[in-house]
Amino acid sequence: MKREAAPAMPITSEEAVDPAPRSPLSVALVLVAATLLLLAVGTAVGSLGWEPLWSGADTANAILWEIRLPRSMGAWLAGALLGLAGAVAQGLFRNPLADPYLLGSATGAAFGVAVMLVLIGVTPMAAGGWVARLGLTGAGFVGAVVAVLVTLGLARGVQHTLRLLLAGVIVGMLFGALSALVMFRVPDILRSMQAFLLGTTGFLGWGSVGLLGVLFALSVLVAVGFSPALDALALGESTAISLGIPLPKVRVGLVGVMALATGAAVAQVGLIAFIGLLAPHLIRAAVKPTHRWLLPLAALAGGVLLLAADVLARWLLAPQELPVGVLTAILGGGYLLWLMHRRPL
Amino acid sequence: MKAWLVALAVAACLAPLHATAVQVVDDRGRTIELREPPRRIVTLLPSLTETVCELGACDRLVGVDNFSNWPDRVLRLPHVGGLDDASIEQIVALKPDIVLLSATSRALGRLEGLGLRVMGLELKTLADVRRGLGKVGQLLDVPGAEQVWSRINEEVDAAARTLPAKLRGTTVYYEVGGGYAASESSHIGEILSRVGGANVVPGNLGTVPKLNPEFVVRADPQVIMFSDRNVAELPTRPGWSRIRAVREGRLCAFTAAQGDVIVRPGPRLGESARLMVQCLKGELKGRP
Repeated sequence: MKREAAPAMPITSEEAVDPAPRSPLSVALVLVAATLLLLAVGTAVGSLGWEPLWSGADTANAILWEIRLPRSMGAWLAGALLGLAGAVAQGLFRNPLADPYLLGSATGAAFGVAVMLVLIGVTPMAAGGWVARLGLTGAGFVGAVVAVLVTLGLARGVQHTLRLLLAGVIVGMLFGALSALVMFRVPDILRSMQAFLLGTTGFLGWGSVGLLGVLFALSVLVAVGFSPALDALALGESTAISLGIPLPKVRVGLVGVMALATGAAVAQVGLIAFIGLLAPHLIRAAVKPTHRWLLPLAALAGGVLLLAADVLARWLLAPQELPVGVLTAILGGGYLLWLMHRRPL
Repeated sequence: MKAWLVALAVAACLAPLHATAVQVVDDRGRTIELREPPRRIVTLLPSLTETVCELGACDRLVGVDNFSNWPDRVLRLPHVGGLDDASIEQIVALKPDIVLLSATSRALGRLEGLGLRVMGLELKTLADVRRGLGKVGQLLDVPGAEQVWSRINEEVDAAARTLPAKLRGTTVYYEVGGGYAASESSHIGEILSRVGGANVVPGNLGTVPKLNPEFVVRADPQVIMFSDRNVAELPTRPGWSRIRAVREGRLCAFTAAQGDVIVRPGPRLGESARLMVQCLKGELKGRP
């Protein structure tokens, strides 16, 4: 327990990015403003590209309220959950490369969706019954939770972070292989699976927004509640313990937040690349906050990123849609490349 | 004795002719030359299997891909794997005179490298179906490719005639799954417009574009066609309850077997046209 579990790099990056660090509050305000702006843009971009529908006609109203608004808000919330989960993961594992999919939830969700698609295909009429009620989203969530539980079982709890990381990688591989196997046996589901694997924000309705919203509020509260522990953890596990941090309780709480946030986001929007990894880094490049600020700021940044990607995904090829996960990977990867180019590691 | 000599002489005259009895250029632009029409054929695409059988050469098939399931007699043949992961070893062991497969299949190069003859065909549109029929007919050295093509056309036209005039121009959205639609330029779209349906997805978006779901709500199609895999999920998409097809319950969920007929650009396009007409007339009901 006293032993350092992982040779992790310290989170607080020491390089001086700018001489006069911005205050976390100003960054938060910028991100909130960006969110509001993007929400407005999000309601004005649809299947014809830029096309604000303020006419008040019946269909226009419906498209605005039933499609564009919930979709934009859902995309923001899913991005925020991923950003938050990413910040929690990087703090908990004390590793800047940690991302929220680390516990196997992404591949678990993919497997759940694949199995559900096959079930629907085998008994289409059962699709009216329990299958419909659970739905693809429910199946994705169940898959994510099961994968995380398997990871926790394999790691014998949450107390050994290195074991947990390793178990997560193994479970991720395993569930990835399993869903590949399902797709191989039943290729009919390929097209629907592809939509999930590349991420899609197109089918978010008010139900999804409500669910994501409740989970987001809950996750932020719990995560921020544990933020002093994460700050202490950045100094090393033994230091954290000597500071009187109840590590076992902290780990249980934070792994729970991570699993729930990631599972919900993945189930609703599919596998979105990079947001969870990128959002905390973006914040750390701009300010040097403690976790009390880092966690909500990373959530805001994640939300802004995914919402921006969602707006672009509908806009660029309208009325066709780019897979939003592809966009986040291109934008996120491009940013990281630029960052490495500017500041050689 | 004299008869023998005559027979020999005739055979001698025919031999050089037979040396290149079959010469076909496939869709990759490769010339395939065979000394005699192939007797052992492997097909790695369901539409090609159906084409070979439709030309009356089903008995020459010695192996098919895992998805080929029509006509019934091909079910008894060895199934040598999927479209892109067929078992090369199994195919070689069948000693085919030729392998018919998609021009973009990964198996092409490997099979050629092992000394097998292959014919790569690309079937996507109705024009492709006609060209494919012609080439396969030429390869098999059987007549009737043009007749099959005109029969398909007659069946499609006959199906179109059974659609009442007031249903002509019914607007249709055809979803192949996951938000991807079959546009006017896909073979599904071509058949749909031939029978009198009006596809809401224009052809210039590509054959199978992924659309913003809002596009369908605005297009407000009168009928939605899709595979029964999506039967529960599709009407619950945000805003889709407003679409006329959903409100009026004019949803056609095709079964797997019906879906096979529709998605395969092969000789059963007449049946595909009949299915679409049945759907437009409300004789095929999917459950909302």
